[in-house]
Amino acid sequence: MSDFAIRHAGDAAVVIDFQARLDPAINARAVQLARAIRESQQAGLRDVVVGYHSVTVYVDPSVIAGNALDSWLAEEAGASRGAAPVSDRTVEVPVVYGGAEGPDLGAVAQFAGCSERDVVRLHSGQTYRVYMLGFVPGFAYLAAVETRIAAPRRQTPRVAVPAGSVGIAGPQTGVYPMQTPGGWNLIGRTPLVIFDPGRAEPCVFKPGDAVRFQPLDRWPG
Amino acid sequence: MAGVVVLKPGMLTTVQDRGRWGLQASGVPVAGPMDPLSHRIANRLCGNDDSRATLEVTVIGPDLQFEEEAVVAIAGAEFQPRLDGADVDTRGPIEVKAGARLSLGARARGARGYIAVSGGFDVEAVLGSRSTSLIARMGPFGGRALTAGDRLPLAADRARRIGEIRNGLGVGPQIELPDGGARLRVMWGPQDHLFADAARDTLTSGRYIVTPQSNRMGYRLEGPTLAHGGSADILSDATPLGTLQVPGSGLPILLMADRQTAGGYPKIATVITADLPMAGQLVPGDWITFEPCDRGAAAAALRAQEAIFDAAG
Repeated sequence: MSDFAIRHAGDAAVVIDFQARLDPAINARAVQLARAIRESQQAGLRDVVVGYHSVTVYVDPSVIAGNALDSWLAEEAGASRGAAPVSDRTVEVPVVYGGAEGPDLGAVAQFAGCSERDVVRLHSGQTYRVYMLGFVPGFAYLAAVETRIAAPRRQTPRVAVPAGSVGIAGPQTGVYPMQTPGGWNLIGRTPLVIFDPGRAEPCVFKPGDAVRFQPLDRWPG
Repeated sequence: MAGVVVLKPGMLTTVQDRGRWGLQASGVPVAGPMDPLSHRIANRLCGNDDSRATLEVTVIGPDLQFEEEAVVAIAGAEFQPRLDGADVDTRGPIEVKAGARLSLGARARGARGYIAVSGGFDVEAVLGSRSTSLIARMGPFGGRALTAGDRLPLAADRARRIGEIRNGLGVGPQIELPDGGARLRVMWGPQDHLFADAARDTLTSGRYIVTPQSNRMGYRLEGPTLAHGGSADILSDATPLGTLQVPGSGLPILLMADRQTAGGYPKIATVITADLPMAGQLVPGDWITFEPCDRGAAAAALRAQEAIFDAAG
């Protein structure tokens, strides 16, 4: 029996779904499978998107559809068995924690029952995995945040979160690449430009990367 | 360089091509036309391939001034187009002289029209596409809708006379437009297994209304609520075009062209490709009924739609 499910999202997308849980090994398999599908050069392939525990494949249904599509993807998924949850590279993200750059640092400290310095130590002491990107260009869902500081989303989202803000939402942490509305607890801010369409590689993150946050004393410049 | 100047932008006019595909893994939305079929028809009428950028106009069309001559085509919703004040026949390509003013007027039926110009609107591509993503603020003009005074460059090698068009459609095919609402065919999934047993019947026996909280990202629907089997929050995954995602309220949201790339709500069913053009022609207040459909029927419907282009070929 196979350990994945093939699900249809209309006639132009297929989801290859592994066990529905937050698990680096399952996500690593999704990353590996997505790469294999992208490299397959299959005619009609439009896009491949990694989720926490899934890969969604977008096709032009007038080029490939039906059983041909399913059996190709089932074969790729079967071959992806047994990926090790190892990251190819580590992305370092410098962060100014607290103050105006991280207005919710105090609230997270209160949630955790510790000092703000402890929150910074716990948040920057961990290596995170990029499980997936979404929401806006360059927004990476990173996990897992140390349980003590895993504060839930704010009751009322902010209308405008500044670009570069670093937030916590339960077990997830992430960086807002551009100014958007947002409900995560903002504990700091990075001067790093996360997404720039003018760069050869527009996004600093990709699924499967390891990420470390490094405390900065003050905003550069 | 010669161009087309926006005198009045209309309600919401954006530049769109086939969409910014291939970058969703980095969170880059696809965008692209709400009615991809009409976008293609407009392009083909003036001899362009499907990849050229057109203008998507919404409910109230723009007024445009042509600085140089070009061949223009209009497809999609019914508007009341006028060229220098005179009615124009939009079934085929139209020759527009230098200095002429094209006004689209208000829509009579449908929601979105597509204005194509020979050679395509030659705006700068961002990450390989000329589509405007309003949510990501990406694309021509910084990813915003057009405003008065914007200038859209024309391609230097464009056809200037109808006779110069090669392999054009000739006469545009009639497309179906909604009449106060539309029946949309859906395939179940990708997450219908996360809903209560009754939810599928509820979706396909009820009638939904497109609410005013609807835009290029998606349509928030009012109607019978759909019960989840468990939690309404899932670990995020990709959000395909035309999918019906259902948040905790139980009211579905139909995800459209400018949707985000991923979301954390279960998706009960997905509109088939052949019915997306019709979905793109709906406005707030219109009704939708959903009819279940299998892959075979979805493929047959798409083949029938594609035959428009074969016949003209």
